[in-house]
Amino acid sequence: MESTAHRFPENARRALTDENLQYMLRKSATGFQLRRRMAADRLPEFEDLRDQGRDIKNHTLAHLDVYLEAFEAKVNEAGGHVHWCPTAADARNTILRLCQAAGAKTVTKGKSMIAEEIGINDHLEAAGLVPIETDLGEYIIQLRKEPPSHIIAPAFHVRKEQVAEAFRAAHTDLPPDRPLDEPRELITEARLMLRRRFQEADVGITGANFLIAETGATVIVTNEGNGDLTQTLPRVHVVIASIDKVVPTQEDAATLLRLLARSATGQEFSAYTTFSAGPRRAEDADGPAEFHVVLLDNGRSKLLGTEFQEVLRCIRCGACMNHCPVYGAVGGHAYGWVYPGPIGSVIDPALIGIEKAGHLPNASTFCGRCEAVCPVRIPLPKMMRHWREKEFDAGLGSPAVRRGLGVWGWFVRRPRLYHAAARLAVRVLRRFGAPGPLAAGWTAHRDLPRPEGRTFQELWAERNRRSGRGEA
Amino acid sequence: MVTAFSHSAGRPRVGLFVTCLVDLYRPTVGFAAVRLLEQAGCVVEVPAGQTCCGQPAYNSGDRATAADLARATIALFDGLDYVVIPSGSCGGMIRKHYPALLADDPVWGPRAAALAERAFELVSFLTDVMKVGAVTARCPARVTYHDSCSGLRELGVKEQPRRLLASVEGVELAELPGAEVCCGFGGTFCVKYPDVSARMAGDKADDIAATGADLVLAGDMGCLLNIAGTLSRRGSPVAVRHVAEVLADMTGDTPPIGAKG
Amino acid sequence: MSDARSQVLGAIRAALGGGDRAEARRTAAERIAAHARNIIPARTNRPAGELANLFASMATEVAATVERVVDLDGVPDAVAAYLASLNLPAEARVAPDVAGLPWDRRPTLTITAGPARDGDAVSVTGAFAAVAETGTLMLTSGPGHPTTLNFLPDTHIVVLPRSRIVATYEDGWDRLRAEGAVPRTVNFVTGPSRTGDIEQTIQLGAHGPRRLHILLVEGA
Repeated sequence: MESTAHRFPENARRALTDENLQYMLRKSATGFQLRRRMAADRLPEFEDLRDQGRDIKNHTLAHLDVYLEAFEAKVNEAGGHVHWCPTAADARNTILRLCQAAGAKTVTKGKSMIAEEIGINDHLEAAGLVPIETDLGEYIIQLRKEPPSHIIAPAFHVRKEQVAEAFRAAHTDLPPDRPLDEPRELITEARLMLRRRFQEADVGITGANFLIAETGATVIVTNEGNGDLTQTLPRVHVVIASIDKVVPTQEDAATLLRLLARSATGQEFSAYTTFSAGPRRAEDADGPAEFHVVLLDNGRSKLLGTEFQEVLRCIRCGACMNHCPVYGAVGGHAYGWVYPGPIGSVIDPALIGIEKAGHLPNASTFCGRCEAVCPVRIPLPKMMRHWREKEFDAGLGSPAVRRGLGVWGWFVRRPRLYHAAARLAVRVLRRFGAPGPLAAGWTAHRDLPRPEGRTFQELWAERNRRSGRGEA
Repeated sequence: MVTAFSHSAGRPRVGLFVTCLVDLYRPTVGFAAVRLLEQAGCVVEVPAGQTCCGQPAYNSGDRATAADLARATIALFDGLDYVVIPSGSCGGMIRKHYPALLADDPVWGPRAAALAERAFELVSFLTDVMKVGAVTARCPARVTYHDSCSGLRELGVKEQPRRLLASVEGVELAELPGAEVCCGFGGTFCVKYPDVSARMAGDKADDIAATGADLVLAGDMGCLLNIAGTLSRRGSPVAVRHVAEVLADMTGDTPPIGAKG
Repeated sequence: MSDARSQVLGAIRAALGGGDRAEARRTAAERIAAHARNIIPARTNRPAGELANLFASMATEVAATVERVVDLDGVPDAVAAYLASLNLPAEARVAPDVAGLPWDRRPTLTITAGPARDGDAVSVTGAFAAVAETGTLMLTSGPGHPTTLNFLPDTHIVVLPRSRIVATYEDGWDRLRAEGAVPRTVNFVTGPSRTGDIEQTIQLGAHGPRRLHILLVEGA
């Protein structure tokens, strides 16, 4: 996916005037938040589980190579194959090769952010294959030819009327008088349409929420059941997962699963959590004949041992964006690349470069809600600040802001001059209001309150002189 | 928790870190803080060389400037029993971020950690350290309260201001829907991404209007300037003040923030 | 591919500080062998007799329906009555592991065994276990239980012996390890299929079953 992260301000402005988007953002503003709160309150151990979730992931990352080796050995033992892919291109090519080897025409897909990251659909299409998204939200945005706007709710931004429009345009055998006004009718239509696709697919691609080193199982968590049909019905099952998804044991996965659904949707547990290892066994009545795991690095190993290592703890629940006021104002597309919201503001610069994604870690008020709800306690604001430091050190970022900060920085280090300047400034501000380009950002939307007219320091010194107390 | 005080017959010596925004925009808040601290039995000093806690530099990636300011601030408040800050975000900077910022500095790291332990946001200092349970003040108004992000999430300031406000004669507290949601200020964020900031501030103004309050309070000048500027642009009659002004019974001394005239 | 493998593993090792990984391998192997449990929610801390109630209430909360049946012989009657109550045709595709129930008691019920086919409206399967903590069924693939039966039909009926109810996922894993080899697929199923993808409004029956009916067999 081509990044537009460098145009975040324009993207955001457009998002703020997009009526459909704003309707959906306002409609969904607090639903996820309330449900997460209720689920967390209902489980007295929730905060302790968060600590443990953090510790499990920290332990795994510190031993990442050996857990990946263990995972691979188990996959091999179960008759599957692991394909190591240093880059997105490696993963794309590997998957295409597997599809071609299977003689595939139609490929069904479960929801996978890694698939978005490597842009697999375009790659398969260019080679003449037909990739079909089966998660309802992904299917909707595939028809609308747009990327997901949320990591667990890809069509978060789409109104039901727009879904109906997309279905009518794509489902050419749909009678025009069939009503598609209600969610129920839309879901039935999608179900019927996708049922055919599940049956005709030769390869099913899913993501993975976890990889279990103990057993070689890959784990998917869904509510619709599309992931299971995707991986059970076709002859070949390809799992695409990044290296940070591995955890040591089923018990560790159980702990993280207790956090995942509660943090994501506020469910106690998602409808379907599936552990699968290897192809169908000789005695099995169904299941895929081949099982492949495409293991993607794509820059993640470079984060190990750096100030960004902790971001690899992420279990992709989406709680950070559900609670982010910036995401809530502009939605996911404004961020301009695969991962939106606070987690994207940390990951995207790592994957596509701070020079392209510099706006993202800046477009945060550091309000801290993301960190407050992260199930594995990733210090997201701290990491966004680290990106700002990288940007500052590299001389990137807005020149006007840099200049302003430079002047300010010169004064605040010189208290006497600073206070003299402050005394003058408040008088000017009181009389004339704020001039200058920085003030324009403020005054375009709100008034600049007038200061009282004298600084505290000056009044305090005066008071002390009057009362005969020395200046402290 | 309060042990040996260095001065004045067991009264703690408190250094007030005024904050740059209070210094420039709202000296009344500084005087309100002084009054509240003195009422609580503290001796208040205001080190004259203070400028800014360094947060704008720190959050802009300029660690060097932030560290210079942190060192200057640490040195200024040496020897005082406490440093008290009428702001959650500057309080968070001193209490949470100075130690992280100077962690690798063998001299200043320990000093930063020592200062952090003695640094408190004003209202929580009154309630949690000085054990103030009530104030003597009057403010006949329907009041709502916005929880500033840093105070709330970095310092755990939530029920303390509500507890003290409950003791103010005439205050009728109407809880703000979305009180814990950011107002959109965010330091340089509000000028770097003014449209997004305005949307957030607009939502805050809507929520404030929904409470039917006459007066909105918060503990941070950044949020207050943003909220006041937004309400004023909308022609809203809701007044805006720092919570310390109400607790110190100083609402008669100065018009609300951003009041015309 | 081995090049790519050593490239990825090499990058990880370099980032982690390099060095001999023998110690790390030992640590990992010990952790994997230990199956150590992490925090277990106290909600499951109750006498075994009450786990069935917890399971039933949690499953009901996520829109599954739970019906208590006295013994396995009562299952065909219960299935027939359930289908009739919904005006569904008296036909079911059943898993081989429940094909041996006395289905001939209800001759009007058409029963065939095997994996699900397109068009099967109703499936009946067993369950390896059920987790009371969240009302979750633990279904394992194998010759006796084709996975497609859990997903393709619109209505999924599960025969759950009370003795198969455990407290937690961890208990389920322990039981699976104790009773033999781990199957290819373990499906944890919590309520019927659902989606919130249309305007965040929860709707049942997105791709998987719209109805999940659990026959809790008291005497089994």
